[in-house]
Amino acid sequence: MRRTFSPWADPNAKPLIRFENVTKRFGDAVAVDRLTLDIFEGEFFCLLGPSGCGKTTLMRMLAGFEYPTEGRITLAGQDLAGVPPYRRPVNMMFQSYALFPHMSVEKNIAFGLKQDGLPKPEIAARVEEMLRLVQLEKLAKRYPSQLSGGQRQRVALARALAKKPKVLLLDEPLGALDKKLREETQFELMDIQHDLHMTFVVVTHDQEEAMTMADRIAVMDHGRIVQVATPGEIYEQPKTRFIAEFVGDVNILEGHVMGQENGLWRVKTASAEMPLSIDDPDEVLHSGQAVAIAVRPEKMVVQREKPAPEAVNVLTGEVWDIGYLGDWTVYRIRLATGEILRVSCANVSRFVENPIDWDEQVYVTFAPGAAVILAE
Amino acid sequence: MNRRLSLFNVTSLVLGFAFLYLPILLLVVYSFNGSRLVTVWGGFSTQWYAALFRNQALMEAAWVTLRIAFLSAGMATVLGTLAALALTRYGRFPGRTLFTGMVYAPMVMPEVITGLSLLLFFVAVDLDRGFWTITLAHTTLTMCFVTVVVQSRLMTFDRSLEEAAMDLGAPPLRTFFAVTLPLIAPSIVAGFLLAFTLSLDDLVIASFNTGPGATTLPIKIYSQVRLGLSPEINAASTILIGLVTLGVISATLISKRSVLRSRRNV
Repeated sequence: MRRTFSPWADPNAKPLIRFENVTKRFGDAVAVDRLTLDIFEGEFFCLLGPSGCGKTTLMRMLAGFEYPTEGRITLAGQDLAGVPPYRRPVNMMFQSYALFPHMSVEKNIAFGLKQDGLPKPEIAARVEEMLRLVQLEKLAKRYPSQLSGGQRQRVALARALAKKPKVLLLDEPLGALDKKLREETQFELMDIQHDLHMTFVVVTHDQEEAMTMADRIAVMDHGRIVQVATPGEIYEQPKTRFIAEFVGDVNILEGHVMGQENGLWRVKTASAEMPLSIDDPDEVLHSGQAVAIAVRPEKMVVQREKPAPEAVNVLTGEVWDIGYLGDWTVYRIRLATGEILRVSCANVSRFVENPIDWDEQVYVTFAPGAAVILAE
Repeated sequence: MNRRLSLFNVTSLVLGFAFLYLPILLLVVYSFNGSRLVTVWGGFSTQWYAALFRNQALMEAAWVTLRIAFLSAGMATVLGTLAALALTRYGRFPGRTLFTGMVYAPMVMPEVITGLSLLLFFVAVDLDRGFWTITLAHTTLTMCFVTVVVQSRLMTFDRSLEEAAMDLGAPPLRTFFAVTLPLIAPSIVAGFLLAFTLSLDDLVIASFNTGPGATTLPIKIYSQVRLGLSPEINAASTILIGLVTLGVISATLISKRSVLRSRRNV
């Protein structure tokens, strides 16, 4: 079911959240700049970007803590202008968790339900259900100061979910957790979102987190959205150099377009003797145009033997650094131009006879389909 | 850094504390004097405490003092807390610096001037001097202390707690009473105790604004001393010192504990 979930590709689908030409200024500073974005019901949507890119402001406008300077935000068709945070069917999980220190875990979770004036038995039942969902039944009477970081995160999640909001906003939800716990929690969040059929909007600066969890990612920079796409598209078909460099590792080779040959673009670079052949048919380029070629480290091959004469995309260099990560080995190869390439190689075998060593002369190759051309 | 106590440190410590507290200690000791002569030691006795409680005029003054302290501290706490909220919450409104300075001015204003100007004001609006004028004057004096204490707590207050409450459906006023107030309560209590003790031992402002039937304990003690020292006064002063010390210490402890607790919860 997950695989076929793509309402954004359906022209008849109505978005749940709609940002229309939204601008937010703080004094002279522009935090969000004429931004338009649709988010659909049931999506796990990530806003990704470096700090100061406007992603948090965007989320706070959705929660109602900030109002747009220009433009309009609608939720399920309703214009949110002038609707205060306490009247929006949206709940937020705060980066600091913002648990009420003077209330026990169950009181924290019940807080939102109490504001709705639900009858007591119903509140108790819902609190129970939430505690079970985040597996904290035994800690209901504890206070936030008596909990570990991971437990607090769960309480914050349960509290935000308790009112069954149309949209759950999560501000750097895993930022305060250590690496192991973060990974586990990522999958838990995905399961919860899936089970509750809720729309999640997550703000994060951690691209790995966004890649793992999101149905779609919006990469933001300087108050604008640079690309909205699935994690796979963002990684394999980045629209700009900023995205290629921000999401994952990448090698950039700069050059000029020479022309098209057999459906492949020929690009002359200083890094390689022969022009490179790149298979990126969607790109519209003209001869002489300056471009950047982006190749992911795992899509390059490093070898000691000279490739066959008919091989394409051959670069030569010497091994500058070797980093052994267990599952991967990362080679840093220094080309004659002084550029350093990063090539990663999966360690498929436990023993390698005569492995590539420091300072060796090596060849780096990549297939025409492995690279993306980015217009400068 | 050398953290051990050297002879020099010990000496300066002893001298400093002696300078500050020896006179007070002397007064406390002499309140247990068996002799009628204030300056001659005549053995240990608690008779002056007993005499004090039989002294109608002194007891009445004590009762007036406590009522004034309680009322003025109450009013100062409400006003001071509101001022602290306004100063920390409403960003940079025009004249904010001036307003801050004006709130703190009574702290450094010579008491004689505060007392005199209040007296002139009460005369101008034709308010009969007495219990209520002292209460109002003490409110003016102590409000800024409450503001300082509450403001320092609000500075470290995590605003996302209030945002979370609103996000969960609580309108601003309910957010204030359900989240903000309980969390800053310790500092408000500390501010109240501070205001209470300040009102308790004030002489100057009270004597400017007093009237018939509103003699506070400090005024009473001062006027009695002018007529001649009595060991009863020593006993009364000792009790006053005890009350003030208790108030200040609890105010400090309460605000310290709340700071520790709020730090733990970050």
